[in-house]
Amino acid sequence: MNDDVAPRRPELVCPAGTPASLRTAVDAGADTVYCGLQNATNARNFPGLNFSPEELRKSVDYAHARGRKVLLAVNTFPPAGQFQLWKDAVGIAASAGVDAIIVADMGVAAYASREYPQLRLHLSVQAGASSPEAIRFHCEEFGIRRVVLPRILTVAEIADVHRQIPCEIEAFVFGNIGMMAEGRCSLTNYVTGISTNMDGVCSPAADVRYEEDADGTLTTRLGSFVIDQYRCGENGGYPTICKGRYGCSVQSEPYYAFEEPRSLNLSALLPDLMRAGVTALKIEGRQRSRAYVKSVVAAFRLAVDGIMAGEEPALTDLIALTEGHKETQGAFQSKSWR
Amino acid sequence: MSGARTELTLGPNLFNWAPERWRDFYFRIADEAPVAVVYLGETICSKRAPLFSDYYEAVSERLGAAGKTVVHSTLGETASRIDRRLVSDVCERTADLIEANDASAALFLRGRPHYIGPLMNVYNEETLRFLASKGAQNICLPIELPFAAACVLCAVAASEKVMIEVQVFGRQSLALSARCYHARAHGRTRDTCRFVCENDPDGLVLTTLERTPFLVANGVQTLSYEYLNLVQEIPALKAAGVVRYRLSPHSCDMVQVATTFRSVLDGTLATGEALARLEELPIDAPFSNGFHHGRPGHGWTVPNTNVRS
Repeated sequence: MNDDVAPRRPELVCPAGTPASLRTAVDAGADTVYCGLQNATNARNFPGLNFSPEELRKSVDYAHARGRKVLLAVNTFPPAGQFQLWKDAVGIAASAGVDAIIVADMGVAAYASREYPQLRLHLSVQAGASSPEAIRFHCEEFGIRRVVLPRILTVAEIADVHRQIPCEIEAFVFGNIGMMAEGRCSLTNYVTGISTNMDGVCSPAADVRYEEDADGTLTTRLGSFVIDQYRCGENGGYPTICKGRYGCSVQSEPYYAFEEPRSLNLSALLPDLMRAGVTALKIEGRQRSRAYVKSVVAAFRLAVDGIMAGEEPALTDLIALTEGHKETQGAFQSKSWR
Repeated sequence: MSGARTELTLGPNLFNWAPERWRDFYFRIADEAPVAVVYLGETICSKRAPLFSDYYEAVSERLGAAGKTVVHSTLGETASRIDRRLVSDVCERTADLIEANDASAALFLRGRPHYIGPLMNVYNEETLRFLASKGAQNICLPIELPFAAACVLCAVAASEKVMIEVQVFGRQSLALSARCYHARAHGRTRDTCRFVCENDPDGLVLTTLERTPFLVANGVQTLSYEYLNLVQEIPALKAAGVVRYRLSPHSCDMVQVATTFRSVLDGTLATGEALARLEELPIDAPFSNGFHHGRPGHGWTVPNTNVRS
């Protein structure tokens, strides 16, 4: 990384699962908040989460009155015959005055760019555009203004991508990290019949089981399949297939075949990311509580402002908020992750 | 539509077979398998592509001479420099038709006739129309798309002069990653893998803590343990207007698989009898058909009919 390049002030993009969380994020220092509607048009379609059209309109007003932005995720893949719901979502976003919509499906992108040419489009991580060529295709065909990069690139690769694309970059810095290429994972559907791409749900709560036996061993299941087991007193994670423990013929003991249950925390790499040409830093977690949103947003606000003032980022408190209190820099640090 | 022409296709080989085995497999397909289209090309890992490049031309010529259409299928997950070079080389230098498996290939192929692979997300009529306007002639649907949505797409595809293809046999691709799970199982990384994926001609089975076979690792790809088998759904797919039926290569007798499916498409073999024949193959996993029925993809809907298409 070239240390001669001064870090640029990035936009801090924060999650909101409810209108109250949106206000909390804005008050804690988010530059931009992203959210979704209460249906399958977004990739966090969980019960009790997300916004009605009226709530979205009021939330946009709240953010705009304070000089902040709101993005609406319309980032799932409409199955043929059900496209109208996604058209409606784009229309609701436009009439609520959101600052951009985040899209993944080429059909949704084509529709939005054709029918709402004034509406700013961001390319969702769900589009899985992981190369400059894939990103350029979306920019040239749909007028994409910003790409949310998949969590599989190193900081050096992000800098390289930045030099080869005609749009801004948004990069994940904190929260849940999926092991699979986003927008191309059917593992949940394989087990539960609910599709991450079409229904907007990964590991649906209705299919999750926690079973404790007489010894206090906790078994977690998704559908009928065991995902992991924890000894008495161990901190058990929410069962997702790509963070489960499995056996295979070349391992003597069950192992985390894909990845251990850990969260992404790139706070130590913030200065590098800011030099790599990243316009916006994204925090994952629309499903998380207001208290969580408040802590994480406030910590990152302090860190970003500190770096811009020439200080070292101090984010040690964040580890308490990571999954199982374990964190990783994932692919971002080096290629050995792969 | 049930009287329309139907074609069997052989999807790209997803696994890392020894080069001679790879070559001999396709020579036999050329000589004996009733498939109209054969997809070549490495779709999983750019590191594997050079391994069989010495035999590529001979295989492509033999298939062409046997009257098969050869289509070069591109990489599914494109991120590194070698990935990107592989995709641009294929798109700019290959004389064969090309099937795009990600948007980077679509960048090179727009404006000329090409195919769209199942690793591209074509879920709906808007995406289909957009890609048709860019030159797509054939679209293989995503593995998880339920039949009801496929029916809608078939109707739109007919008016857009696009052929719809559906995978009907073989392990189902469930996920791609930047990380190699074969290398990880052997305590290595993708850069230091020493091609350990060559040990598993049908992938490396992962079992749950209850020892239930669950998933299959194939390099950066995760597949289903079960083999997709839509032989009993062929009459419905034909009636809906599906033109092409994809068999995904495995180490079992693919000529036998192709012959069985061809007989069902021709209406000379009833679905129940075809299923019985396929069950006799030495495949070490059950069949599944759940995604087609809008149910969990690992599941199997028990056939209760024995019909001719």
